[in-house]
Amino acid sequence: MIQEYYDIIFTTLIAIVTASACALPGVFLVLRRMTLMSDAISHAILPGIVLAFFLTHNVSSPLLILAAAGTGVLTVVFVELLQKTKLVKEDAAIGLTFPALFSIGVILIARFASNVHLDTDAVLLGEIGYATLNHLEIFGYKLGPVSLYVMGGMLVLNLAFILTFYKELKLATFDVSLAATLGFAPTLIHYGLMTLVSMTTVGAFDAVGSILVVALIAGPPVTAYLMTDSLTRMLIYSVVIGCVNAVVGYWLAYITNVSIAGAIASVTLLVFALIFMIVPNRGLIAIARRHIRQKWEFAQTMLVIHLSNHEGLPEAQTESEIAHLHEHLRWEPTFASRVVKYALNNRYVSQEAAQLMLTDRGRAIAQKALVQ
Amino acid sequence: MQYLSFLIQNYYTLIIVAIGAALLGAVSGALGTYAVLRRQSLLGDAISHAALPGIAFAFILTGSKTSLILILGAAIAGWIGTLIILSIVRLTRIKYDSALALVLSTFFGFGLVLLTFIQRSGNANQAGLDTFIFGQAATLLKRDVLTIGILGGVALIIVLILWKELKLLVFDEGFAASIGFPTRTLDILLTSLLVIAIVLGLQAVGAVLMSAMIVAPAVAARQWTNRLNLMVILAAGFGAFAGVSGTIISSSATRIPTGPMIILCATFCVGISIAFAPKRGLIWDGIRQRRNKRNLKLPTGKLI
Amino acid sequence: MKASHAKAIEVTDLTVAYQETPVLWDIDLDVPPGVLLAIVGPNGAGKTTLIKAILGLVRPAAGNVLIYNKPYEAQRRIVGYVPQRGSVDWDFPTNVLDVVMMGRYGSLGWIRRPGKRDRALAMQALEKVGMENYTTRQISQLSGGQQQRVFLARALVQDATIYLMDEPFQGVDATTERAIVTLLQELRENGKTVVVVHHDLQTVTDYFDWVTLLNIRRIASGPVEDTFTSDNLRETYGGRIAFIKNR
Repeated sequence: MIQEYYDIIFTTLIAIVTASACALPGVFLVLRRMTLMSDAISHAILPGIVLAFFLTHNVSSPLLILAAAGTGVLTVVFVELLQKTKLVKEDAAIGLTFPALFSIGVILIARFASNVHLDTDAVLLGEIGYATLNHLEIFGYKLGPVSLYVMGGMLVLNLAFILTFYKELKLATFDVSLAATLGFAPTLIHYGLMTLVSMTTVGAFDAVGSILVVALIAGPPVTAYLMTDSLTRMLIYSVVIGCVNAVVGYWLAYITNVSIAGAIASVTLLVFALIFMIVPNRGLIAIARRHIRQKWEFAQTMLVIHLSNHEGLPEAQTESEIAHLHEHLRWEPTFASRVVKYALNNRYVSQEAAQLMLTDRGRAIAQKALVQ
Repeated sequence: MQYLSFLIQNYYTLIIVAIGAALLGAVSGALGTYAVLRRQSLLGDAISHAALPGIAFAFILTGSKTSLILILGAAIAGWIGTLIILSIVRLTRIKYDSALALVLSTFFGFGLVLLTFIQRSGNANQAGLDTFIFGQAATLLKRDVLTIGILGGVALIIVLILWKELKLLVFDEGFAASIGFPTRTLDILLTSLLVIAIVLGLQAVGAVLMSAMIVAPAVAARQWTNRLNLMVILAAGFGAFAGVSGTIISSSATRIPTGPMIILCATFCVGISIAFAPKRGLIWDGIRQRRNKRNLKLPTGKLI
Repeated sequence: MKASHAKAIEVTDLTVAYQETPVLWDIDLDVPPGVLLAIVGPNGAGKTTLIKAILGLVRPAAGNVLIYNKPYEAQRRIVGYVPQRGSVDWDFPTNVLDVVMMGRYGSLGWIRRPGKRDRALAMQALEKVGMENYTTRQISQLSGGQQQRVFLARALVQDATIYLMDEPFQGVDATTERAIVTLLQELRENGKTVVVVHHDLQTVTDYFDWVTLLNIRRIASGPVEDTFTSDNLRETYGGRIAFIKNR
């Protein structure tokens, strides 16, 4: 019983720390339009891990993280080199590189290591539930799961990097050439970020596997991107959303006894969908409401501009006849009469016999619309 | 005698599997050409991952492992994933790559949830569903190969019939629309064909790596030719070659999974092509550059 | 009604908006047959959008376009289109002759493949733009000017009465520019109507006989000598204009 609580608490903690550590660099990937690099890296680091494992025979050796980080950066370099040959476009270069490296990793595991602690399912799918089995022990004292320390370390490292180079990262993300001219070495920042992404990915590997790491890296920042324009807020929201996704996902998986990593990813999609629906300004509901409101406003503006364009000209007589308005503008008759009704209500236009006449107010609206 | 019948039996299976792998390699190579030319290489990745929950759902609903039903489920899920990606890009400021990554990973995660749910419910028939993650060409039966052949054949015939329409759509969509081609319908059609090519390959190559079967043959073929018709044929050839050789290698040695081996064979084709293809290849390029340098040196020497 | 009396293009009350942001406001535009017309205006004035709206590539929020008194769908065959050169991927695996033959696809209809006659027509068009020696050249190995000539040849092969061209002078060398101008003027002499989105104010009076000044709304449209005035230009460009010939 106590053991079970202990596991729940530690798994929750690992989930929170992992989600936070992934969300932070994820923000910059999303803003730099490099989100898919996380997908590529998370697959491509596999051979690095496997080779390091063959050397150390220890799944939790820090060498694994370093080797993986190295392979991750190599992947980035390789994709860029492939692009530079001009024989392959960027998307195809990514799409070629990581499956090949991943295949090598899978074959190495299947061939030489299938009975050891590495197996393809664990690599691909991860199982955060097992993360609590492996404990850090010093002088015989159990100090909690190793994963917690690894991801805690990654979280601290990512935070430190972002806090230290906040200004440089911001500049290199939004204006590469300016960053270069100011001497901020955007290339260095770029590779620094990629190294961190690789290290974070391999750290999170253990818990969530290589594909779902992408959900942790991309999901929260994409969701936060809908909510704010400020980089600082986006970072904070991403971490919070990541933690919520992780905790809710874990608990749901615990209750229903399904894959934890899968549940976290599913919750990530649900939370994104929810935020996308309700967020003010950029949400679906807001877009739909604005669309309806603007549709009528826009149509009225079209009407007054139409009238003002022909005002005082010989054809004004025919162009402003209510009965023929829909023919000129190619509107549905019912739509046209509704627009005229709204415009009359707003006193943009006045009706004289069968003609529509612009009011001063309507004229001002037309003027304003044309000047903007 | 017993050994002989075992050998024949094995041989027969291998032939079936190799034919299946060749067919799907050819189909994905040919249709992948269009995806690569439209810079949709990574859409294939999203579709193949997004197909997983569709497979699981199809199984939960019907309890059947018939490949046609699972393919249908995969295709529907793949399409829904594609639609979500396109809507996110259209309605928000989220960029294509982020939308792709989001859908790819979360759909796959949801698929895992469903798979573990199926496992937990202890359905005795469930074994084998997880071959859709890494692929197992050895599980291809005669009727699966038939399904691949018919569906893939139909897809290729459509490409052949609408050859000039699809070519113009990919090259210059605006011009195509201006002369009255229904570009939106053609666009949907082409994406649907891509979805079909991908879900056909899932059983043999697996969701994780299927995207490479779309990209690699086309990229390899592009290096050898400047004509679309040749590129499609070559890509189909490279795809078939990768399918067959990957299957044979993986069945002749123990514990080599088929999907990754097929991908490595396809990548090998790319490597060879990028290095050695005449006119475009790196080695050719190197020779030409050296020759140019020599040619440049001569006149300067004369001037001095 | 005889064709010569009809308006080649008649745009009435055309408003185009992308997500409720207007790009064109209530445009009226009559293009008489047989003119060489420049559409001129600052960046973001909606020049390309106007061309696309005439071609039915974007759906207007209001208004209408007629080609010789009929909607575009009925007149597709008599309209040729030259899109912006940058709108396509020139690394596409195809050669010069193949691209020009695409101009025949419209009259071929569904499924039918181009044949000998189409090839001959394409060769003729290539000769007209001086590219007949490049038929099998991969299109990525062409210079900007050559690519533009190929696009022009593709439009010529459409054998249209009205040509709509989006910035055909963008990024081409001086020789090509002169060749294109000669070609456009030849088209006009043969009674064709040519509408060109144009950027270079300096050359408007030399190249064109008709001009439309556009900045979200239509500022002015008519013969160059009456319309291309500093007043109209100032209204179009809002005083941000650095160089105009003194007229």
